[in-house]
Amino acid sequence: MTNNGVLVDIKHLSKLFPMGAGMFQRSKVFVHAVSDVSLRIRQGESVGLVGESGCGKTTTGKLLTRLLDPTAGSIDFQTKDGPVDIATLRGKAMKRFRRRVQMIFQDPYESLNPRLTINDTVAEPLNVQGIGSLVEREDRVVQLLESVGLTPAHSFLFRYPHELSGGQRQRVAIARALVVNPNFVVADEPTSMLDVSVRTSVMQLMGKLADEFNVTYLYITHDIAVARYMSDRLAVMYLGKIVELGDTEEVLHHPLHPYTKALLSAVPVPDPLHKRNPVVIKGQVSKPVNPLPRCRFYERCPLADKFCETHDHPPLEDHGSGHYVACYHV
Amino acid sequence: MSMTDNILEVKNLTMHYKTRKGPVYAVDDVSFVVRRGESIGLVGESGCGKTSIALSLMKLLPDNAEIKAGEIHINGVDIVPLSERALRDIRWKQISMVFQAAMNSLNPVYTVEDQIKEAMHYHLPRMSDEEMNSKIDNLFRMAGLDPAMKSQYPHQYSGGMRQRAVVAMALSCDPNIVIADEPTTALDVIVQDGLLKKMRELQRQLNMSMIYISHDIAVIAEVSERVGVMYAGKMVEFSTTVNIFHHPMHPYTMALMSAFPSIVGEKTELVVLPGEPPDLLDPPPGCRFHPRCPYATSICKEKEPEFREYEEGHFVACWHPGGEQA
Repeated sequence: MTNNGVLVDIKHLSKLFPMGAGMFQRSKVFVHAVSDVSLRIRQGESVGLVGESGCGKTTTGKLLTRLLDPTAGSIDFQTKDGPVDIATLRGKAMKRFRRRVQMIFQDPYESLNPRLTINDTVAEPLNVQGIGSLVEREDRVVQLLESVGLTPAHSFLFRYPHELSGGQRQRVAIARALVVNPNFVVADEPTSMLDVSVRTSVMQLMGKLADEFNVTYLYITHDIAVARYMSDRLAVMYLGKIVELGDTEEVLHHPLHPYTKALLSAVPVPDPLHKRNPVVIKGQVSKPVNPLPRCRFYERCPLADKFCETHDHPPLEDHGSGHYVACYHV
Repeated sequence: MSMTDNILEVKNLTMHYKTRKGPVYAVDDVSFVVRRGESIGLVGESGCGKTSIALSLMKLLPDNAEIKAGEIHINGVDIVPLSERALRDIRWKQISMVFQAAMNSLNPVYTVEDQIKEAMHYHLPRMSDEEMNSKIDNLFRMAGLDPAMKSQYPHQYSGGMRQRAVVAMALSCDPNIVIADEPTTALDVIVQDGLLKKMRELQRQLNMSMIYISHDIAVIAEVSERVGVMYAGKMVEFSTTVNIFHHPMHPYTMALMSAFPSIVGEKTELVVLPGEPPDLLDPPPGCRFHPRCPYATSICKEKEPEFREYEEGHFVACWHPGGEQA
């Protein structure tokens, strides 16, 4: 593959949501949910996108699957005819894109249609895409259910979601996402509704299937400990911006951005003998409504000074071996 | 009856929910004590009976729930046979609760102040308005909120502030015991960290006993001195937090510890616990964990293990504690 194996190339992506617009007037106030985000996702890797609620993680995921259209910027998706900006896709090309990109949602109790059997649920993408004959589709569904550990598959085919546990439902959602053999899967908090003992097996399953089906993941989560196990690289978001990006272990052990430091230091550790050194930051997450042209973390940052106040949001710069940080004081 | 330092004693508590399909054995023969000023944690997965225990302790059970057996002594008084009227003197004043999802436990059409006052009027009828106002200001300051915010409505608070308001409310009648049921589950980590720190501080300052209920063992590790591990309506292990995390003896606790990811230390392989928790309408015979247990033998399938003190202060309900073959 050309382009150094980059599968998704996000360039200066922004999404603004208007606020409080009246019926006949255009809104002048915008929430900058995603603001000038650039990120390259390589074929076969899995990138974890972490941050607190409202930081724009889910919006980013929806933009990548084109459930939302970007306000500015582009998302170039690698196809066999070279990279294509997904915002320009129409008709057949769009349908082909949908086949290659899938999403797994947070809540398996809501993402499955209660009136469809498991067979119909998993076969639906095949029907929509018109893949294979009826018999082939049935075989494919059985094969997928077995891959996600719902065995014997035949006993699940004609059951309904309400007959399954949360863990089993999430496995169905994973099977549905993978049934069309996608290259890229956006998983938005796929394990946050599951219990610990069930969560581990779903996490391992997703990792195993990534290798088996050669899937590239964007793994969106607020749980950094889970992200550690699910991603090769970690991107930390704050108010619509990626503030730090790097190899997962590198970011966890040597965080450079003051926000990442505060975030990591607040994560509880399952060991009563471990003493944390919390980095206290003031204030709380605000909404990025018409933000001032300066670092988004300015109000809460312990390092903020005159320079930060008078300059635009710092660019995401490489501080060695692919560890990117957006801060003037690193 | 303040002979002992045990402010709460739960003895052989058994609680069922009546359903059309038959009784659900939500809490089965659970015993533990909470000492004055101590914080204990109850951990377990959804449906293991943690919240049912909390509701039993408050006697705030839904209509279809029934305490079948057991005693709950609060300050030496068994509250199980007490009338609703007698319970009024105990609820909030001796034992109070911070509910799961504070977002929903505040009434959106009343100011926060009015909601705290409602409980205080009811339980402290002799308190004057002035006293009450200064008490509420004080509660707000203790919970880390600006007293000027008390006349605002819940929607004007952020998630973390709402949870702090609910903590202030739980403390309004100076209880000896506060139950916190998943107090931080809906919060972001930085906000969670601040709130947990505040609650620990208040516990020490007021010498209260706390019962933390959570599915998140990392949170439990941070806030509790002793921990009870629940599985399918049973208490399977109870000991000091250090014992539970570093020297677990029940195979379920052992599995839970090795299935939980952490951001510090070596990245160790997470161990998968096969299967899923049982349906409590029809729990398995013998030990309820045996279908998932790697050490299960024939006795586990037939006889329920006794909840026994294996080492001093370390209670386990297992035929093969520590995984050894008997």
